[in-house]
Amino acid sequence: MIEVAQLSKTYRLGNQEVYALREVSFNISKGELVSIMGPSGSGKSTLMNLLGCLDLPSGGSYHLANIDVQSLKANELAEVRNKQIGFVFQNFNLLPRATALENVELPLLYGRIPQSRIKALDSLDKVGLRDRAKHRPNELSGGERQRVAIARAIVNNPSIILADEPTGNLDSKTGVEILNSFKQLNAEGATIILVTHDPSVSDQCPRTLFMMDGCLSKDERKPVSEVHGC
Amino acid sequence: MLIFDLFKMALRSLWSNKLRSVLTALGIIIGVASVISMISIGEGARKQTLTTIAKFGTNIITVKPGEKKSRHVQSGKVDTLKLEDAYAIEKHISSITGAAAQVYKNAQLKFGNKNSNSLVRGTGEKYPQLSNFVLEEGRYFSREEVQTARRVCVLGATVVKNLFGDKNPIGEVLKVDGNNYTVIGRMVAKGALSWFDPDDQIMIPVTTAQKRLFGMDYVQAIDIQARNIDEMEKIKDDVKALVRRRHNIPEGKDNDFYVQNSSEWLNSWGDAAKTFTFLLGGIAAISLMVGGIGIMNIMLVSVTERTREIGIRKAIGAKKREILEQFLIESVVISFLGGAFGIGIGIGISQVVSKMGGWDTIVSFQTILLAFGFSVAIGVFFGFYPANKAANMNPIDALRYE
Ligand SMILES: Nc1ncnc2c1ncn2[C@@H]1O[C@H](COP(=O)(O)OP(=O)(O)OP(=O)(O)O)[C@@H](O)[C@H]1O
Ligand SMILES: [Mg+2]
Repeated sequence: MIEVAQLSKTYRLGNQEVYALREVSFNISKGELVSIMGPSGSGKSTLMNLLGCLDLPSGGSYHLANIDVQSLKANELAEVRNKQIGFVFQNFNLLPRATALENVELPLLYGRIPQSRIKALDSLDKVGLRDRAKHRPNELSGGERQRVAIARAIVNNPSIILADEPTGNLDSKTGVEILNSFKQLNAEGATIILVTHDPSVSDQCPRTLFMMDGCLSKDERKPVSEVHGC
Repeated sequence: MLIFDLFKMALRSLWSNKLRSVLTALGIIIGVASVISMISIGEGARKQTLTTIAKFGTNIITVKPGEKKSRHVQSGKVDTLKLEDAYAIEKHISSITGAAAQVYKNAQLKFGNKNSNSLVRGTGEKYPQLSNFVLEEGRYFSREEVQTARRVCVLGATVVKNLFGDKNPIGEVLKVDGNNYTVIGRMVAKGALSWFDPDDQIMIPVTTAQKRLFGMDYVQAIDIQARNIDEMEKIKDDVKALVRRRHNIPEGKDNDFYVQNSSEWLNSWGDAAKTFTFLLGGIAAISLMVGGIGIMNIMLVSVTERTREIGIRKAIGAKKREILEQFLIESVVISFLGGAFGIGIGIGISQVVSKMGGWDTIVSFQTILLAFGFSVAIGVFFGFYPANKAANMNPIDALRYE
């Protein structure tokens, strides 16, 4: 599903080069639930943005579903983001003036997919927010907003779901609910990568990537039974 | 994304910033309103000019001294045309119903303690017939009175109103530049043109005007009325030949006079009015331009403010084109609605002007179409740069924008 080789990202600040990501390589197969951990500034968000085709790498290669992402033009990248990727942000990133339903519907509209209303409602249903369809983001709790964002991320049936600290702005109880949503989606076959600082979250993922100073320091797999034991 | 959804989004975003949208549209509203009202006023002036000139008669041929260089410029000597030329034309040219020599100048008119500075026209007995003047009361001067240069006058309606009020002027004595003239008749009002009131004049015998008032031995124009319009060209040729012979102009030399008919005159006035309309329209178009710059300004602010929204849209798969269209639709909607309101207001202004100025204004379908087209074009033109800026944003930079 995901093949990353020697992936690098450098930022130039004046004359200084900042190495946010140094030659990271790994593969992720279809249906995996992977968490990424690491100290602040270790390059997790940078990696997620590259995986989500929001940004382009400075070096190395990234294949998503056998497509070489670097060879794509801006509009083709937009298409990939629309069809293949569902992104969940730490700060939700919902359109404030649109209702929950309209926010969830938006990727379908950009993808020109028919019956967008019904599909968006189904998606809200999956995260248990069908009755909040007409609410605007500022009329929802933080956990509800994040679930709306998840509904938006899954509405196009993407091949991978990327979540950058999806529980970072939520209390631990709400965090558990969100995590359960992801586990549910994973059980239904979705490939999920999520960044977290919370070991109790990563403990529930069969595989964890550890980042340090822009490098991949550890790729840990746990036995599946242990995960289900939690 | 379907265009319908883009429209919905644009309207929502404009609606959520109502005051700003209205203020932005105001520039276009003012611009379009001024285009509509200016052009309608100019067009109205043109039409009125043409219809009033037509009132003077379209079957009139005028001989004037000097030579005509181009449509609007005349030059050369002004004293080549004599009264005798007019008599000769009347006598020898066939297919005409009459000719009237003209001299005219402004003079001081005085009756009792009332004064006016009006046009004094020295002319022949056929003048009312040639110029569509109708006698209201009294009589017009006769051929004999012209030949004997009598001090009699016939008054236009405005002169009567200004000097006599409700009093009957017939038989009264009017002072023209200090000399006494007996009023023998008054004319029915013709109605004023925007630049000239034909009723603010008095008519006196041409000979009286030449000898006693202006001291000139030439005439300034000779009006000739054709019996019917088809014969105008032939009459013109005959008149040219006759006057050349009378002025002893040898073969190959230029005329010292020129002949034109009223329709040519009409055309050149029509052209002048058209120029006027273009000028007014041009000034108004500049204000429309300023309105367009206002749109651009606000759209740039809006794009910057909504950088994050743009980032979100791109992150979930919006293509460049869809972002471009979203913002372009917003600016076009502003300019379109501004144009619609502006047209309404412009029509209102032109109606008020026509009521107050007593002068028709014409709001033509073309003008409305032009103003609409112009305002939408301005929305596209000035909206394009900000929309393009939005469309070209990098998704991650836009998402990170604080
Ligand atoms: N736009 C940028 N310009 C310059 N440097 C950047 C930019 N974005 C990130 N960096 C640098 O890249 C490094 C990695 O940043 P990144 O956001 O990936 O960290 P992170 O692991 O997500 O941290 P956190 O856990 O705090 O979110 C940091 O040192 C950061 O300063
Ligand atoms: Mg981060």
